[in-house]
Amino acid sequence: MRVCFLLFFFWVVPAFAQTADPSMAANPALENRAREIGQSLRCVVCQNQSIDESDAPLAQDMRKLVRERLSAGDSNEEIINFMRDKYGDFVLLKPPVQSNTYLLWALPFFLLLGGLVWFVRAGRRPAT
Amino acid sequence: MMRALLPLIVFIGLGVALAISLTKDPRRLENTLIDEPFPSFSLSALDNPDEIFTEELVQGQISVVNVWGSWCVTCNVEHPILMDVAKDENIRLIGLNWRDDREKARGWLNKRGDPYDLIVFDPDSELAIPLGVSGAPETFITDKDGRIRYKHSGAISFEDWDTVFLPLLETLEAE
Repeated sequence: MRVCFLLFFFWVVPAFAQTADPSMAANPALENRAREIGQSLRCVVCQNQSIDESDAPLAQDMRKLVRERLSAGDSNEEIINFMRDKYGDFVLLKPPVQSNTYLLWALPFFLLLGGLVWFVRAGRRPAT
Repeated sequence: MMRALLPLIVFIGLGVALAISLTKDPRRLENTLIDEPFPSFSLSALDNPDEIFTEELVQGQISVVNVWGSWCVTCNVEHPILMDVAKDENIRLIGLNWRDDREKARGWLNKRGDPYDLIVFDPDSELAIPLGVSGAPETFITDKDGRIRYKHSGAISFEDWDTVFLPLLETLEAE
């Protein structure tokens, strides 16, 4: 019984740790939007982490700012554009489709096409 | 013949692309704020929680805004240069104390010397995020209209000061 209790205790601690974030928005709908925005913004001082998952001080402050702006009535897009204006495209975890990223977005399709062409041509050639 | 060379061509192409990428530092962010107005803010002075500064601070005169914190190791390296800059009465050096504690910040300055004309206290990145700050030290130059004209990431060296900052300050003065 005691062991069970202890296990239970250790199980719930991480859950409490999550809700203890003082920067959480009071309203659950706003909090969901805040997390959605947080997941699309890069923590600029981390290695490929979003501000939603990072514990870096700057990420904490960014999360706080996102929630403040949401409470003030900003749309998701307005907040993301605000961050983009300040930190550049780097702050977006998903690269936007624009002139300097066309190649990046198109390359997988070219590779797929090239592979298909190779596959069809190699298949037609009689085996030696 | 062509078929045999294909892997070599792909290899060279990949090598060139990677070599170009190596010269780019992904941590060096784009300077999206150049020529933009200084963000609006309302923050207290480091030494006086009742004294409130706003963006009007950078209106009407050229300012050098230096982001620092007592926790920032590189700021130690930069400090002697700022002390040297402070000797020039014509240069207005504003400190933005970022994510720090009033006591610790004051202690740091008392120990090393205070190069700043005034210091804005920003413990929660309220001004740092709108300024696109990602680390300390970072230094901005604002013109007479309160627009950001230059951003320097990392410690300023004496060479940076003489070859970049001073000429730009002179140009802005002449505008």
